[in-house]
Amino acid sequence: MSPRRTDAGGRIDRLRTIRFTFDGTPYTGHAGDTLASALLANGVTLFGRSFKYHRPRGVLTSGVEEPNALVTVLRGEVREPNIAATMVEIYDGLTAVSQNRFPSLAWDISAANQLGGKLLSAGFYYKTFMGPAIGPLKNTRFWMFCEHFIRRAAGLGRAGTAADTARYERMNAFCDVLVVGSGPAGLMAARAAADQGARVILSELEPHFGGSANWSGETIDGMPAADWAARAAGQLEGYDNVRLLPRTTVWGYYDGNTLAALERVTDHKERPGKGEPRHRYWIIRAKSVVLATGSLERPLVFPGNDRPGVMLAHAAERYANEYGVLAGNRIALFTNNDSAYRSALALKKAGAAIVAIVDVRPELSSEMREFADEAEAKILSGHAVVATEGGKALSGVKVQRFDMANGALAGDTRSIQADCLLMSAGWSPTIHLASQAGAKAEWNEALQAFLPPKATQRWIGAGAFTGSFSTAEAIAEGRAAGLSAAGGTGTPAALPVVEAVPGDPDPAPVFEIRADGESFVDFQHDVTAEDVRLAHREGFISVEHLKRYTTLGMATDQGKSSNIAGLAIMAEALGKPIPEVGTTRFRPPFSAVSIGSLAAERFGDLRPERLTPMHDWHVANGATMYSAGLWYRPMIYGLSGETIEQAYVREARTTRESAGIVDVSTLGKIAVQGPDAAEFLDRVYTNMFSTLAVGKARYGLMLREDGLAFDDGTTWRLGEQDFLMTTTTANAGKVMQHLEYFLDVIWPELKVHVTSVTDEWAGAAIGGPKARAILAACVTGTAVDNATLPFMGIVHGKISGVPVMICRLSFSGEMAFEVYSGAGYGTHVWEALIEAGKPFGLVTYGLEALGTMRIEKGHVTGAEIDGRTTARDLHLDWMLSKKKPFIGSAMMDREGLIAPGRLELVGLISLDNQPLNGGGHIVEALDEANPHDSIGHITACCYSPALGKYIALALVKDGKVRRGTRAHISDPLRNRFGPLEIVSNHFFDPDGSRMHG
Amino acid sequence: MLITCPYCGPRDVIEFTYQGDGNRERPQPASQDLDAWNAYVYDRLNPAGDHNEIWQHSGGCRAHLRVVRNTLTHEISSVAFTRGDHKVAARHKAEGKL
Repeated sequence: MSPRRTDAGGRIDRLRTIRFTFDGTPYTGHAGDTLASALLANGVTLFGRSFKYHRPRGVLTSGVEEPNALVTVLRGEVREPNIAATMVEIYDGLTAVSQNRFPSLAWDISAANQLGGKLLSAGFYYKTFMGPAIGPLKNTRFWMFCEHFIRRAAGLGRAGTAADTARYERMNAFCDVLVVGSGPAGLMAARAAADQGARVILSELEPHFGGSANWSGETIDGMPAADWAARAAGQLEGYDNVRLLPRTTVWGYYDGNTLAALERVTDHKERPGKGEPRHRYWIIRAKSVVLATGSLERPLVFPGNDRPGVMLAHAAERYANEYGVLAGNRIALFTNNDSAYRSALALKKAGAAIVAIVDVRPELSSEMREFADEAEAKILSGHAVVATEGGKALSGVKVQRFDMANGALAGDTRSIQADCLLMSAGWSPTIHLASQAGAKAEWNEALQAFLPPKATQRWIGAGAFTGSFSTAEAIAEGRAAGLSAAGGTGTPAALPVVEAVPGDPDPAPVFEIRADGESFVDFQHDVTAEDVRLAHREGFISVEHLKRYTTLGMATDQGKSSNIAGLAIMAEALGKPIPEVGTTRFRPPFSAVSIGSLAAERFGDLRPERLTPMHDWHVANGATMYSAGLWYRPMIYGLSGETIEQAYVREARTTRESAGIVDVSTLGKIAVQGPDAAEFLDRVYTNMFSTLAVGKARYGLMLREDGLAFDDGTTWRLGEQDFLMTTTTANAGKVMQHLEYFLDVIWPELKVHVTSVTDEWAGAAIGGPKARAILAACVTGTAVDNATLPFMGIVHGKISGVPVMICRLSFSGEMAFEVYSGAGYGTHVWEALIEAGKPFGLVTYGLEALGTMRIEKGHVTGAEIDGRTTARDLHLDWMLSKKKPFIGSAMMDREGLIAPGRLELVGLISLDNQPLNGGGHIVEALDEANPHDSIGHITACCYSPALGKYIALALVKDGKVRRGTRAHISDPLRNRFGPLEIVSNHFFDPDGSRMHG
Repeated sequence: MLITCPYCGPRDVIEFTYQGDGNRERPQPASQDLDAWNAYVYDRLNPAGDHNEIWQHSGGCRAHLRVVRNTLTHEISSVAFTRGDHKVAARHKAEGKL
């Protein structure tokens, strides 16, 4: 048996031994243990090193608020830092390591920082990194240099670099009543609401339902409270209208009663079950919410209050009652309220010796005296702890007479031998969610705590959350809240009978004992009481400023245990009562949330993929696929041994020599139909579409309302009132939304319907000198000669028995045709075209060759229509109709858009026969050491087989007038500098003789 | 935040796309009044309180909605189709489905 494990009691299973390691040392624990309880049971007191001073730290709490005992959990290559040991359930093979220490936890060289305590005081970073303002290092970056090392010494766990292999899930849920917290109040609320027939979700951040009932040692309905809670939870499990969510932290309360929760599904398991995600992110919409989130015990602030072995009173009580672990053998308590007496008695019963109860209050009730007697504890009323002794573990405490009225210490200091000191400064309701929901907390003088005020959203509070700290009150409030939240009128079940432990919930208004030594307020960020006062002396008197300057409450625990003491010290310094100092508003999340859970299915293998109808054919025929947005498109169809450049050069060259075919199914396609369709297109495009004949297509350009270029594509008139618009692949969704907006909001009188038909059509573009011959060989039902199918003409026919629509238009600059068929026939038609093309040397080509041929032709894409260029910049001003207004027409001629000095589209030719780089800048004069004065940048580049040169498209200042001049590429990041010539963007076949045939 | 689409019912804000300030007046298409165009394209009201906004139910029926939303509380006091009484909604209403 472990040195600190009791023989009986608690919810652990002593027959099941679990093996784990901490800092490489093997330990055993029992099923039901947390990492904290198991290590305590093994006699471990040192859990970590503190943030700034590297002080040894133990475990302070037993729950989610733990500031000290933060560990890194390792799973294979994946490391998750800053996990509270109190929240880690042990499993076989658990590997945890401590943090912020070097070379080891026990011998940490940075602990020397403790000696420099004054140096690292409040505002240290702000003060330090401003200077040095005087001395020999004045105006140097010396401190910037030091910053790197200082920041590395401070801090918490180190994040891993290995990719997270776990899967995360997101879940939407709806319910009538969400009950947050499953202590006696939450259990009663869930039961009362469920009995009314309401759909209930009960969430509990711990593994087990019951909250304080699990360790309070009270009796409910004649049975131990823990048994009562287990029975109540078991009964709820039998309800069809109740969903129980253990290990689920509700961390955010948003508008419209939307709550966010994190369920830790498999963190407690050696390996996840089949299909189980690691975490599940719940988005819960609740008609009403019962907040039964309980309360958090507060530490007292006194010198040495951070020494390992100093713990919250209820935490030790919980370790004894729930885990069968004694936090110490000789225990002293230090309190300003009655609740610690119950803890003392519980620990006595569990087998510890209670050496003293130090109480700041001069007068104690007879009930508390009886408790102390029963615990065989010496009472030191009107006393305070002024120091703790020991190194990495507590060996004793020093106490002195204390006057609560003025905080004065008097008389001799006496030492008490103890290996554990429990402290309690009263309780703070866990009002975080109510605060997030918009409620401003209200100070309660008697309880010395902030209470939730009137609800700002549809929530009802119950139990300790409302400041009702007794179990009997919690049960009554819980039932009432559940009933009311469910809107129920039925008779609720009878209230259970609680055999309550006596005690006054009101603490004495004492939070700090001012004596010599470091007294910690925020344990996790190493903020001392003196830091708070220093901040005040330096003028940071607003609580918001105090928080930021001292970083009080800004660590991963978000000040759950430090908030009130910090305020109390600030209030005293200001000479104001606490409510006038105010409190900061809590923001989500309540506790740490994994980034993976927020990304959930939007990340990894659940990211949606869009595949064209011919996708499988491409993959089977050697295509290297490339992801463009959500689409997957062939990049090249490489032959064995070919480089990417060799492959696309071959594909492009063969297309220009004989013929090539490319999958264009990804183009956005929108059916624009209705009596006003032509009028609508006239308004949307810069050029005319009402004059377009049925059976013809036209290239169109759209502007945005602000006059900048938006998108381009061809639109086909299939009937008098029936158009098929194509858009660029990337802008398909945006254009659709643009059209819908104008039809819905601006011109609702237009009788036009727009429908996205991108996925209805499969498209293949076949181009090159032999393209027409290939079509002639496989198309039936129509001729494809120049008379029947002129440039921009449309015909309907069949290929291999399947109806197709063919439009003669060209992106490659060759005589080219786009062949559309129903998506389901895409591969069938594609294969028929490939087959027909074999005798003609038809080649399949991918995005690289497509891009190469469009650069050679000087066509624009999204790289040039980048949201900053105008039609004029792109030499598309010939498309701007003067006969009609269109979207953007009024704004496109604004001064700045027509002024000289704009970036205009040009072509570039590399003069040193080396490749150009996309994104590389263009300069007039080369200065490799100090590149400056960019006159533009490259938007697309390739090797041009048609020209036998490396070429590029670029946006260059006053590009049009620079044609024929020389400049340089200046790309210092990739070390590419070299001469180039600025030319027209139309490199190849500028008069279009090839495509017009 | 929930928006009650008159056609689809109450839906999460994630299904909607914000399409801007609903108070903007687009000048007549042929207008050359640059100040009016400038105001339409660039000026936005930013009230602390009720705001007239356009939202598209892009993850649903794709209708554009005129939504009055309190920017302080996110409370939504009215939702209507920008195209007026939507025919489908009217039909559903007549059939008692909405």
